[in-house]
Amino acid sequence: MSRSAPALTAAQFTLTAASVFAAVLPHLARMSKMFALLIVMLLAWRVVQRLRGGARIPAFIKLPLVVLIPVLVIADYGNVFGREPGTALACAMLALKLVETETRRDARAAIAFASFVLMSALLFNSDLVFTLMLCAALSLLLATLYELEPRPGVAARPNWRKQVGAGLRAGAFALFAAVPLCLCVFVFLPRLGSPLWGAPTDDKSVRSGLGDEMDPTSLQELLVDDSAAFRVSFDGPVPERAQRYWRGPVLARFDGKVWTRSRFQADARRGDTVESIGEAVDYEVTLEPSDRRWLLALDVPLAAPENAVRSADMSLVSDKPVDQLLRYRARSALNYRLDVQLSARERERNLTLPPGFDPRTRALASQWRRDLADDEAIARAPLELFRKDFFYTLAPPDLGRDSVDDFLFETHRGFCQHFASAYTFLMRASGIPARVVTGYQGGYFNTLGNYLVVRQSDAHAWSEIWLSGRGWVRVDPTGAVSPQRVQLGAQAAAGASAQWFHSDWLVGLRNQFDLVNRGWNSLVVQFNELRQQSLLTPFGIAKAEYYDLIGVLIGTSTVLLALYSWWVLRRPREPGDALDAAYARLCRKLARSGAARAAHEGPRTYAHRVGAIADSPAPVQQLLDRYVSLRYAHALAPSAAVREFVAAVRNLRLPRGFAKVNVLGHTMTS
Amino acid sequence: MTLSGAVAPWWSRMLAVAERRLPALTRLKQPEPLPIRLHRHRIYVLPTRFGLMFSAVLFVMLMGALNYNNNPALLLTCLLGAACYQSVFQAFRCINAVQLASLQGEPCHAGETLHINLSFHADGRPRRSLRLRVADQETVFDIAAGDGRVRVGAPAGTRGWCRVGRIRLYSEYPFGLFQVWSWLNPDFAALVYPQIEIGAPPLPQADDAAAEVATKRTGDEFAMLRDYHPSDPRRSIAWKASARHDTLLVKEFEQRRGQDVAIDWTATSALVYEARISRLAAWVLAAEAAQLRYVLRLPDETVGPGLGPDHRHACLRALALLPGAAA
Repeated sequence: MSRSAPALTAAQFTLTAASVFAAVLPHLARMSKMFALLIVMLLAWRVVQRLRGGARIPAFIKLPLVVLIPVLVIADYGNVFGREPGTALACAMLALKLVETETRRDARAAIAFASFVLMSALLFNSDLVFTLMLCAALSLLLATLYELEPRPGVAARPNWRKQVGAGLRAGAFALFAAVPLCLCVFVFLPRLGSPLWGAPTDDKSVRSGLGDEMDPTSLQELLVDDSAAFRVSFDGPVPERAQRYWRGPVLARFDGKVWTRSRFQADARRGDTVESIGEAVDYEVTLEPSDRRWLLALDVPLAAPENAVRSADMSLVSDKPVDQLLRYRARSALNYRLDVQLSARERERNLTLPPGFDPRTRALASQWRRDLADDEAIARAPLELFRKDFFYTLAPPDLGRDSVDDFLFETHRGFCQHFASAYTFLMRASGIPARVVTGYQGGYFNTLGNYLVVRQSDAHAWSEIWLSGRGWVRVDPTGAVSPQRVQLGAQAAAGASAQWFHSDWLVGLRNQFDLVNRGWNSLVVQFNELRQQSLLTPFGIAKAEYYDLIGVLIGTSTVLLALYSWWVLRRPREPGDALDAAYARLCRKLARSGAARAAHEGPRTYAHRVGAIADSPAPVQQLLDRYVSLRYAHALAPSAAVREFVAAVRNLRLPRGFAKVNVLGHTMTS
Repeated sequence: MTLSGAVAPWWSRMLAVAERRLPALTRLKQPEPLPIRLHRHRIYVLPTRFGLMFSAVLFVMLMGALNYNNNPALLLTCLLGAACYQSVFQAFRCINAVQLASLQGEPCHAGETLHINLSFHADGRPRRSLRLRVADQETVFDIAAGDGRVRVGAPAGTRGWCRVGRIRLYSEYPFGLFQVWSWLNPDFAALVYPQIEIGAPPLPQADDAAAEVATKRTGDEFAMLRDYHPSDPRRSIAWKASARHDTLLVKEFEQRRGQDVAIDWTATSALVYEARISRLAAWVLAAEAAQLRYVLRLPDETVGPGLGPDHRHACLRALALLPGAAA
């Protein structure tokens, strides 16, 4: 570039800095405090330095920063690859880009980079509100690009607030105009069945399902996922909803944050410890592929299906991950006695708590141990506590290091896994062996198909405590705080939790917002390759391949582009008033009857010629004369007379082709 | 530099061939009568370098969103991409139906900068960030409320009619991702006055005339007021009268003298051809500055006698349009 690049104006620089900040902001909360502080300080320093008219930042400051930042990322994350360290690095580099931004070219590069950083924030949080906010931030980026366009007399412009407003409007307009094209591409752009580059280890599986560990957020996504987990047809009558606990992985190890499954599980075939009371239930399960090894069965299964093992904690584990639809028969006891004798090792294992976590909960438990008479009273105590002032919600506040303490004494709100985790912790702390059981609860009975469908959103977690003489007893602490969870399901319970708020409109609002969020989740977040393939079913394509989709994409976007082009290329309406429009209409009517006005004919000559036609109806000539007088007798024709004329033209009915016979004669004379 | 130096002649040869072979291309390179209205047949669009860079970033974003199977990220990418894409239509609308209504050259002498005032019209909506490239100089302007005026400068060549050549009207509105452009080649030439000799000898008969002026200064008769022309000396403005009439007025004085100054072609025979013209032009200005009536005698014509801007223009024009040295 031989042309010297002019430096950015204050407005341009401020907008660029605002865009960069908007792009970095969604990431800050996730980063370590030190790193976030570093980025914010770097940005703030640069903005102040530049707006005070500071000079270009010299290389001996920039270069060490360029080296320092990857080092800091590695120190923080141990790596520069992967989503977390990658985005941290990108944020810091973007801040550095602002440090060296002096010319329009720099600012444009910063904006392009900022849009990438902005997008990467969505890899961590796919919330509806969050997405909408980021989309709104795009208009800031576009406003910056708008501002970067040169303008006449930039230096002389006294007030740039108006200009920024114009930029924001232009950005918002561009985004709105882009919506149709955006949706078309979004829906029909073929999704990847498998990732192009290595599936990151911290990524959840593409298919949702129960995992073999439970942290305070692991079930959250499942609970809003309405896809089916499995379907069941019973040989006999369907058990009551309150009895339909589908047992999945049993989690007995706790490290203060995450519940995990004990690694070594004995095969339960060695010594059957289940004693069935009453009749067993027989049923057939059709399990959706989950890429995991869990098989679900009613609590508690009496035997393992084929190619699966029933481990000592009574969970069924398949020999290989379930990667396609799997059908198996199972038999369960709804009333049972399990492990009446508990081995010392099992007892020890189910009493272990991580040292140094949750002191207040421990204190509460030991107080109960002192105050209450027996194990059963202790087991009831937390349920009373939960019933009193705990709320069931699918969107609980974040918990700190002492997650159980925070939940029990601070936030008081959560869903099944919080309650199960806290309850199990309390039991262990007061000396009662306890463990967390995850699985599903309930299910919707389809009377038409006579089967029960259990959805991912029915995922649940509860506790089992061991009482001497009774063995493992199932306790569902969530049921204590929100019986609807057991009676109606997780989402109904979450909606019902709003009952504690007093105002009706708030309840309505919360319910509606929950509905919107669910719609967002099911329509957008979970739109995947499979659902895309079934998009074209109404058009007779059962499974849309990528070439079908690309064809549709090209077709629809062509139509859209044609619409855009029409908008751009349409001729502006000829400037003319109502009077001229009515005259044009009259001429068109006459033309249809065969007396078209020649291009050179003025209204008078035309009136004269039309009047000379033998069958010409009287009103035609009158109308033409009226037009002449309205148009030429006044500087501005009176509007009442114009309206009358317009109406008269509209109502004029001409005999079809009255002038046709005369056309020949006319052309001969002229 | 060496590369572009090597490519340039080859490229211009290619262009010459293309213009010969493809009349459709050359059609727009012929001078056209005013007004020139831009329409879709003569507006071109290409992405800018920044546009290409930005689309590469969008592609990376797209791949990232697809790879992580993240639909909200994909939605954001699509939205940004579509917003960028539709800006091509906004860019086109910015320049479409713009009309070059008139051009006007300001008086200038050979070797100076020729300033041209261009006047554009556009219907209805305002057009922002339009740019003109005339003789390698870029000027930014807006068309607000239907009218836009631009003053561009180009180096004036030699005396006589000066063609501006092709004008590139372009814009990267609104986001700098696409450039729309069109060529304007108006049938217009500005008159460039001859160069003025610096340190020219005084006017012939200047001794008498100057003495006369000096003595008769007080006797100068105030003749009339007339409208101000951009070329009038500032000291002749009648400030009080101007304030009364809300427009600039100029006092005209009449020299009551018997004889006119003769600025004669033959009086400069000692000089070479172009230098003679420069000398005469300098004398014309000197006579005008001294407020002396003068007559310009050229080999083929005689201008004047007279005084004032009109007469000065007629003289300088006659000098500017003298045939070249070879003739």
